[in-house]
Amino acid sequence: MMPNLRTLKPTFWKTAAAVLIAIGTVAAVERFTMGLGATTHLSDQFPWGLWIGFDFIGVGLAAAGFTIAATVHIFNVERFEPIVRPSILTAYIGYMLVVLVLVVDLGRPQNFWHPLVMWNPHSVMFEITWCIILYTTVLTLEFAPVVLEKFHLHAPIKILRTISFPVVVAGVVLSTLHQSSFGSLYLIVPERMHPLWYSDIIPFLFFISCVAAGLSMVIFSSFLSARAFGRQIRMPLFTELSRVLVVVLALYFTVRVQDLMSRDALQYVFQPTYQSMLFIAEIVIGVVVPFFLLTFRRVRMSQRGLFYSSILVILGFVANRMNTAVTSMELWPQRTYFPSWQELSIVVGLSTAGFVAFYYVAKNFPVFSSGHKEEPVSTVDNAMMDELRLVSK
Amino acid sequence: MDTTIKNKGLLIDISKCVGCRECARACAEANGLPQEEADELSATHYTVVQSYFNDQTFVRRLCMHCEEPTCASVCLVGAIKKTETGAVVYDASKCIGCRYCMQACPFEVPRYEWGSLSPRIQKCKMCYERVAAGEQTACAAACPFGATIFGDRDDLIREARKRIDENPGTYINHIYGLTEAGGTSVLFISNIAFEKLGFPMNLPNHAMPLLSWRVLSQVPKYSVAAGVVLFGIHWITARRAEVAKFEAEEAQKKLESRRN
Repeated sequence: MMPNLRTLKPTFWKTAAAVLIAIGTVAAVERFTMGLGATTHLSDQFPWGLWIGFDFIGVGLAAAGFTIAATVHIFNVERFEPIVRPSILTAYIGYMLVVLVLVVDLGRPQNFWHPLVMWNPHSVMFEITWCIILYTTVLTLEFAPVVLEKFHLHAPIKILRTISFPVVVAGVVLSTLHQSSFGSLYLIVPERMHPLWYSDIIPFLFFISCVAAGLSMVIFSSFLSARAFGRQIRMPLFTELSRVLVVVLALYFTVRVQDLMSRDALQYVFQPTYQSMLFIAEIVIGVVVPFFLLTFRRVRMSQRGLFYSSILVILGFVANRMNTAVTSMELWPQRTYFPSWQELSIVVGLSTAGFVAFYYVAKNFPVFSSGHKEEPVSTVDNAMMDELRLVSK
Repeated sequence: MDTTIKNKGLLIDISKCVGCRECARACAEANGLPQEEADELSATHYTVVQSYFNDQTFVRRLCMHCEEPTCASVCLVGAIKKTETGAVVYDASKCIGCRYCMQACPFEVPRYEWGSLSPRIQKCKMCYERVAAGEQTACAAACPFGATIFGDRDDLIREARKRIDENPGTYINHIYGLTEAGGTSVLFISNIAFEKLGFPMNLPNHAMPLLSWRVLSQVPKYSVAAGVVLFGIHWITARRAEVAKFEAEEAQKKLESRRN
């Protein structure tokens, strides 16, 4: 077979990705040879920064992995089957990036295996670590069939199929736990955190927001890959997802406002401070505007409308996690933080690597299901399709 | 070791401190740290003496050695422990370097060796080895004015109470560390309000680890319950699909038989 020369042809996007990954690699080499002090703006006053925020974001955007898997395999809504694999792939890549950033962030990464044998169940970090390990295993099991199919290895697929249901259940339980646990990390610092973000229900808030972000990420990545691979977009499915998104955003907004009111913290929103401005930005960009847009049928039915709404939700989510990790901690002037170029380029480089990985896996493995389901199907046909699928089983 | 060495502590009387920094020098010597004066705790300064109001008042900073340490509770590998002497100590060989202890400490004490390629957490260890061997801490032994005294925590509380009661008008009626964050082994009394001396005043009177444990302790219960619910939902929805399939087949059969 001739090597595919087109994949090697440099285009604008490929060149840009290569440059960003190269810069990130240089920064990573510096971090491991010069140490955290010389290459980051972290300090005794600000021990957690951009990288922790990135962990929250990576894991949060991976949330579609468990929501879509639950929808299809637990709630038996089979028409969402075609987006299970892209969601799982997104989740898998998200988790890989988080693990890599953790290795960069840990002061003594050579001891990364310690939590396996040294246990402290009183630490939220302990629970998170175990959930990440277990859920990454679950994602591996969930994604394995895609790789096995490619190489026509049918025997292991059969085994995986028999255990697939308990695996999905484990995945959903683990995800709920540690998506919320990222919020629980902050339960123990009531005196250090700005009241706009500190809340005793922060685990719950983290959970709802990750569902919204995960759904938006599926929409976003599916639309991007549809464009990249010249595929049709299954609009009816995404229109339906966006309706769920509207409900989740509304719930998040309601709970967030109720929480502020019950803690008597609503007043801080209206004080003209650096924190309140970033808080308002986070809520308006990521919750209010996309909610408002998506309540219009025309937006939900339009590709562009859905695409931009999902970007807004993702941006608002990123802002929320960065605000939690950084802004909420900048309570007095001597405690401020802005990441160094190394911190930034490692994050940018890894995210780029994530996009590249998604592109190549989606291109070379049966991620977007098999070819014969490519034609767009209307919702009306869906019921029929379901019946047909059931009959043919 | 001597079993009577239990739950020791330090009482620091701010009204007696003249800022001679003998404690800091003795601390550096006992721990093999460089002898250099500093205003802030660092990886090489386990204790510092800070000056307030143009050298009118001096306040020592050091690890408070909480009764239920936040740092120990958040450490996922258990590298930080509250020992029987009362000291909170750190084991670098376990540490993975996540810095959650630094992020969580209500007194912002743990410091990091940022310049190192295998950095450790550094903080006062209340001279664990010396105390376990029956001695007092280096700082208490060095203080020429009795501003830092060493003893059983219970005795120190009585002493603090006595000083406050016997000198009305001299002391603020507050033993800092008696209840803050659930109580600490290092206690302060002062002739000047603590909020003017940089002490955190918004700490709860219960142990901070409770805040996480309230949620964490629910995890096993939640996992089992959620598992049951999810299996249940699947059971119901799968049955529904089965029924739908059966009905579809029946309808198909009927249709066919009618056609024939």
